[in-house]
Amino acid sequence: MTDHTADQHRIVPAATVEQDDHSEGMTYLESLPRRIVTLYIPLFIIVVILLFPFYWMALTSIKPDEQLIDMEKFNPFWVIKPTLKHINKLLFETNYPRWLWNTMYVAAAATTLSIIASVLAAYAIVRLRFRGAEVVGATIFMAYLVPPSILFIPLASVIQAYGLFDSPLSLILIYPTLLIPFSTWLLMGYFKTIPFELEECALIDGASRWQILVKIIVPLAVPGLISAFIFSFTLCWNEFIYALTFLQSTQNKTVPVAIVNEFVDGDIYKWGSLMAGALVGSLPLVILYAFFVEHYVSAMTGAVKE
Amino acid sequence: MGPRLRGDDTEWVAINRSYNGMTTIPTSLPTPTRHFGKSSAWDRLRTNRNWLALWFMLPAAAFLILFLAYPLFLGVWMSFTDDRIGRGGGNFVGLENYEWLKDDSIFWLSVFNTLLYTIVASAIKFAVGLYLALLLNRHMPFKALIRAAVLIPFIVPTVLSAIAFWWIYDSQFSIISWSLIKMGLIDHNINFLGDSSWARGSVIFANIWRGVPFVAITLLAGLQTVSPSLYEAATLDGATSWQRFRFITYPLLTPIIAVVMTFSVLFTFTDFQLIWALTRGGPVNATHLMATLSYQRGILSGRLGEGAAIATAMIPFLMAAIAISWFGMQRRKWQQGTDND
Repeated sequence: MTDHTADQHRIVPAATVEQDDHSEGMTYLESLPRRIVTLYIPLFIIVVILLFPFYWMALTSIKPDEQLIDMEKFNPFWVIKPTLKHINKLLFETNYPRWLWNTMYVAAAATTLSIIASVLAAYAIVRLRFRGAEVVGATIFMAYLVPPSILFIPLASVIQAYGLFDSPLSLILIYPTLLIPFSTWLLMGYFKTIPFELEECALIDGASRWQILVKIIVPLAVPGLISAFIFSFTLCWNEFIYALTFLQSTQNKTVPVAIVNEFVDGDIYKWGSLMAGALVGSLPLVILYAFFVEHYVSAMTGAVKE
Repeated sequence: MGPRLRGDDTEWVAINRSYNGMTTIPTSLPTPTRHFGKSSAWDRLRTNRNWLALWFMLPAAAFLILFLAYPLFLGVWMSFTDDRIGRGGGNFVGLENYEWLKDDSIFWLSVFNTLLYTIVASAIKFAVGLYLALLLNRHMPFKALIRAAVLIPFIVPTVLSAIAFWWIYDSQFSIISWSLIKMGLIDHNINFLGDSSWARGSVIFANIWRGVPFVAITLLAGLQTVSPSLYEAATLDGATSWQRFRFITYPLLTPIIAVVMTFSVLFTFTDFQLIWALTRGGPVNATHLMATLSYQRGILSGRLGEGAAIATAMIPFLMAAIAISWFGMQRRKWQQGTDND
């Protein structure tokens, strides 16, 4: 029905239909000038504001120092004779590679642990339907709503008591509390879409629950697993307050904490290397995101919609 | 899905019962090869759903109980003690920490700042996010690319983008001051992070900048589920674009708005990293939030008990936010039928 009416309108030449983008619905009702004012200009302004800090970050990290502080002689929005000095200094004169490695290692380990725990939990809640499964599901959702800001003080004393203070292991054990609620909730949604019949067949053929999970459910839920993995990895990379509280020694720090604490001196020339640090710390995530945009978006919206 | 699931359920019960050695084997099933009548206690246990589920839930439960539920209660307990870093468990002092806080003007300033920060930032995030979602929902070239670009501020670690804002807000070399001076709008640099009002405005702006993509992309996902035929029908009936938004988009979007805004409010209220990277609560505590004050008192000054009391004082606000979320979800269930899947 919809297609029919749309086709009818396309025949009318007066309606300025934008044919190039396979427009449907009621786009034909708008003229181009109107679209420019109500759509393109506001969208352009918002996108520029959203992306400007990254442009600025990237620009500063390749600007020579004298151009950074002399804004009269050089146009600050551009760079003449870009330099790799700041990035060089960052990679070879500081502990930056070490911090990057710490961040990656903690994020990968915590994410892997959380995904394993979440797959098991989500399967149990959705498919084993044990007594009280609904309550457990709701409790896990509630756990998602407990913010780190009210937990870091008691956790600091828990970590101290276990002798894990200033150890990356403390973060690997604590980050799953941020990730499990979210991943479990997301995976529950995926598992629900897998037909029961597959599982019934496997059970009749004598498969154990474990075999069903590993050989049927997990392979079918790979897109969900990727979503959960990407989103969790990003969350770990982003985490700040726990890393700030639990890590003391310079070589154990993660990138966000190290940037805030180790780079800040009175030097007015600090900006180049500071921005280079922020840029290099963001790039791995942005690249990862570029490859998995759809998975990332479905993770983010899935967690809210469920 | 609902009735189908229930149908499966009864079949499952039948199969489980047969495994458990009871005599209610449905005649339609082929004769099983295993001897159900002789199954051992171990076999029965191994196929018991509750017993299996216990093991499946164990890893997740262990993490959440040890590092989430226990610290939550420990935090409340610590707020009633005079615990300090390095002392290893303080004495119970009752409400003393809270009595101190009651007369502490800096604490009340941080409460005020937190509420201001949360209310202003969330309201603007909602307005701009909804507007952006409506824009992104329209047809345009390079749609996918623009959507992907919009989400980048949410991907990049907050602290790293906050550092970029720190440089943008620099008192001497701020690009904003420079541009405004060149345009002839102001005649001297703005002290973005050094002046109380400017500092508050600046951190709120940075928070909005970071939060808008989340609100926009999640609301966009909600918008995409609204059927275009509703808009077509409304247009035929002569509805204006405002009426289409007010009477179609907004009511259908309300449930998801409730959830998204609860998350947004929750994370804004408990924000720590943006403030810590930009101002550390300064100038003169003008941007101290409850979370940053709690860190400063609890960890930096070592008065764990007092820090825990400030953190615990945040809980009532969080409960209110969660309650709103819960009611939002209830309404969604009501709209879609009983099941949530």
